[in-house]
Amino acid sequence: MSESSRATPRDEILTRSNKEFFEQWAIDPHRDPASVPLADIDPGHPYLFEARTELPYFERLRREDPVHYCEKSMFGPYWAVTKYDDIVYVDSHHDLFSSDSRLGGINLGGIADPNPDPQFHLPMFIMEDPPKHDEQRKVVAPMFTPRHLQTLQELIRERAGKILDNLPRNEEFNWVREVSVELTGQMLATLFDIPQEDRHKLIYWSDTTQNIGNPEFFDTVEEGFQELWKCWSYFSDVWQQRKAQKEPGNDLISMLVHGESTKDMPPNEYLGNILLLIVGGNDTTRNSISGGVLALNENPDQYRKLRANPELVTSMVPEIIRWQTPVAHMARTALVDTELGGKQIRKGDRLAMWYISGNRDSDAIENADRFIIDRANPRKHVAFGFGIHRCLGNRLGEMQLKVIWEEILKRFDSIEVVGDPVYLRSSFIRGIRELPVRISG
Amino acid sequence: MAKIRFIGFDGTEYAVDAVDGQSVMQSAIDNAVPGIDADCGGQCSCATCHVIVDAAWIDVVGRPGEREEEMLDLNPERDANSRLSCQIPVRDELDGLIVRLPEFQM
Repeated sequence: MSESSRATPRDEILTRSNKEFFEQWAIDPHRDPASVPLADIDPGHPYLFEARTELPYFERLRREDPVHYCEKSMFGPYWAVTKYDDIVYVDSHHDLFSSDSRLGGINLGGIADPNPDPQFHLPMFIMEDPPKHDEQRKVVAPMFTPRHLQTLQELIRERAGKILDNLPRNEEFNWVREVSVELTGQMLATLFDIPQEDRHKLIYWSDTTQNIGNPEFFDTVEEGFQELWKCWSYFSDVWQQRKAQKEPGNDLISMLVHGESTKDMPPNEYLGNILLLIVGGNDTTRNSISGGVLALNENPDQYRKLRANPELVTSMVPEIIRWQTPVAHMARTALVDTELGGKQIRKGDRLAMWYISGNRDSDAIENADRFIIDRANPRKHVAFGFGIHRCLGNRLGEMQLKVIWEEILKRFDSIEVVGDPVYLRSSFIRGIRELPVRISG
Repeated sequence: MAKIRFIGFDGTEYAVDAVDGQSVMQSAIDNAVPGIDADCGGQCSCATCHVIVDAAWIDVVGRPGEREEEMLDLNPERDANSRLSCQIPVRDELDGLIVRLPEFQM
């Protein structure tokens, strides 16, 4: 390959310095959102999410320019879709808006490349359109039916209890590390049927995926990919082992091994789908578990109400998911010229459905800017997405949240946040890295 | 106006006077029939208003449209007579309709 003629946007992204790239796009995340000219607003800048100053930008866009063209963004130009109804519309029309990774995929920063290098392109069913998406999703879907999840509930309860019983008392610790990461990591190891001690590897690969462009983790994206291929090596062994089993196992890898549309996947596609299942099962629930503790601390009246009425856990769970919105956006690529919210969208344009914004849209949700654990209609939120790509593990996530809160309420009068949370520098996963807490007693 | 009978997974029956033009999903929600979530509010986008139409009624009710079929198809527990109740408009000829609720909404 002659480097002068074949340098693609992908090559550039892979090899540029993560540090220099962030410096080039540096902004002050604490500036007054009202002072930024509308045309310059990009609500997707990761610095805003890291500083937790993103919400006022979305509030302004919903009011002034609900389908907003972000011309200058570190991810390249895209349309920010900020209203609840527009988000549902885009999400439900996969015939107009594609998830295909070759067109750019489902997160901002994805690169359109019709003939990608397999070493740096990891296809996964969330980034496919029908029919491939449907065929591969159906292979693993039986794991996530409420009927099957029932069989896991007692195991989750037992583990949640153990995790909570071993927490330190009367001293500060990081709730994210000790509880949220532990519970979801153990669950993942169970779904893959791998040794529990290997959950730390899953957590590491999940974090790697989220931080591949973060200079604190990797100098270049290329370096991050090298780590991800270690995940493939690990799961390649698991694949061989499951394939050799006489009786097909009831775990995700066995399902992939025997699935018609997944049994012959090339290495990059196997790795892609593994990472999808890891990230999908890890970051989402993890951050909702942490986000719930934070929300109850920021809203002590709601915490009091919960303590007095523990049965409110049921309606609190979807409210926590709405409030946290652990997947801040999903992106799409327009397949045709079309119109959205009065704006002309051109074929090939990128769009971000800002779930975090739709979930604060007061035209769709009453008192959307308040955390209320006993809402009349708490399931009305866009955090799981809609349409054929709607979160496959939504019931598993809800179940883990419900169980952990039931067990917390049996044990602790209060989990007190005692320091500033540290947020993830990402506008894809809206995450909490550290949540210093203290439990008395 | 049509009388619709929802039969819960545990066998409990809920008879509802449904208003023409509304969806079967909406008549369930308005009458507090348990077992339907309808997270997307009736836009054929979440599949949490899944019902199984009584075999004797399926030809009157009709089969799912293309988008509805796509959503139903992703549910491993769908039945041959499964429908999304948000996509069934109430009309006089549905008077006496029987639909069953699945054990779970996915």
